Amino acid sequence: MMTQDVWEVIWLSLQVTTVSVLIGMLLGIPTGTFLGLYTFRGKRLVVALIYTCMGLPPVLVGVVVYMLLSRYGPLGALGLLFTPEAMIIAQIVLVTPILAGLTMSAVQAKERAYWETAKSLGASPVQMMLTIVKEARGGIWSGVAAAYGRAISEVGAVMLVGGNIEHHTRVMTTAIILETRTGNFTAGLQLGLVLLAISFLFNSFLMAGVLNQMRNGRR
Amino acid sequence: MNRVEVRNLQVSYGNKTVLAVEHASFERGRFYGIVGPSGAGKSTLLRVINLLEKPASGSLQLFGDETDLTSLSYSKGLPLQRKMGFVAQKPSMFHASVYENVSLGLRYRKREKAEIQMLVQEALDLVELSHLADQRANTLSGGEAQRIALARALVIKPKLLLLDEPTASLDPYNISIFERVIQTFHRQTNTTVLMITHNLPQARRLAQTCLFVNKGRIVEWADTDAFFNRPACIELQDFVSGRMIC
Repeated sequence: MMTQDVWEVIWLSLQVTTVSVLIGMLLGIPTGTFLGLYTFRGKRLVVALIYTCMGLPPVLVGVVVYMLLSRYGPLGALGLLFTPEAMIIAQIVLVTPILAGLTMSAVQAKERAYWETAKSLGASPVQMMLTIVKEARGGIWSGVAAAYGRAISEVGAVMLVGGNIEHHTRVMTTAIILETRTGNFTAGLQLGLVLLAISFLFNSFLMAGVLNQMRNGRR
Repeated sequence: MNRVEVRNLQVSYGNKTVLAVEHASFERGRFYGIVGPSGAGKSTLLRVINLLEKPASGSLQLFGDETDLTSLSYSKGLPLQRKMGFVAQKPSMFHASVYENVSLGLRYRKREKAEIQMLVQEALDLVELSHLADQRANTLSGGEAQRIALARALVIKPKLLLLDEPTASLDPYNISIFERVIQTFHRQTNTTVLMITHNLPQARRLAQTCLFVNKGRIVEWADTDAFFNRPACIELQDFVSGRMIC
């Protein structure tokens, strides 16, 4: 691979991962906070489904999204198959349950006294959720790190719905597979190291935030 | 309109009824002390009034219309909630500065920034801790944290102040400040105060009326002087004289 190609692959990986994790955060964090704070009929079933989906096989997600987006599928008219958007959709399906599940655990881990204090001070339901999210942010960031790690290292689903098309949908993981299959182990290994370095940098950035909170005496 | 009333209140955990109050009425501006043995239902009474627990039956009138507590949703209870201030035995400080903790209730009410600054400063001055405004709240000592929790409840100028054994784990110095602050606030505002305490001399010092709660019922209710000097029921006589009651 040319250097330019490598940068292109890295850039697309970062774009797809970041967008999918951001959208996953928008969906998963409020869901997890709600589940952590409130009880309702059928909550156990919802929680069980979320925990199940946290371990969804990426290939299965890829197949389902592929079927939805394929020409004769219900969303076929959108023409998204083999585009970065399709890869983002598949990754959202993968990371949202992780974000919802880990946010729920982080919120539940906070003492009920925080909930009661915020309620006693007159928090509206939305203000309550924001307050508790702020209190549980350490645990929620861990969820974001886990989701980002899962998304950036994911290969099965993005390969299926993205197609590994050069200059269009090729990301680091699919490029590694291609290089390995063509016997170019060195390039595959180099890309793997880049992937590792990105994961390390991202987690270091998050850890710096968590450590800063710990220094300030926050949880 | 000028009182807090609870009617037909019943709280049960499984088959066990932990609180049953047919009727209780608290006048505006009066200081009530609530005493009784542990597990008698005192905290449950305050928690139900503060909408932290839903009773099996019962209604609450809080200086206004009567509200059925069993069908009250979180959002519908919000206007009632915002008339009350609550201090628990163990303060929960949010992981932020003292200033942010004290201003939280005002920010929930979307008050102007300048007004918030003024009211928070006033509340911190009242509890004599204005020098700690920028300190992280979770680094405070137990006594300081409890005084900040009091400032946080008073800053919103509640019409009803609920105190659940707020000085139980404080040293005498912090207790005296705490009591002075509550008395000053009570004198200056027309706030109704309900304070649970196991400290009988404290109830004598602060309360105008005392209630004795035992086995989930309000057993006796009298002006403080009569309550301690001429208790009517045998249970209360035993309780105030330090004998075991059952």
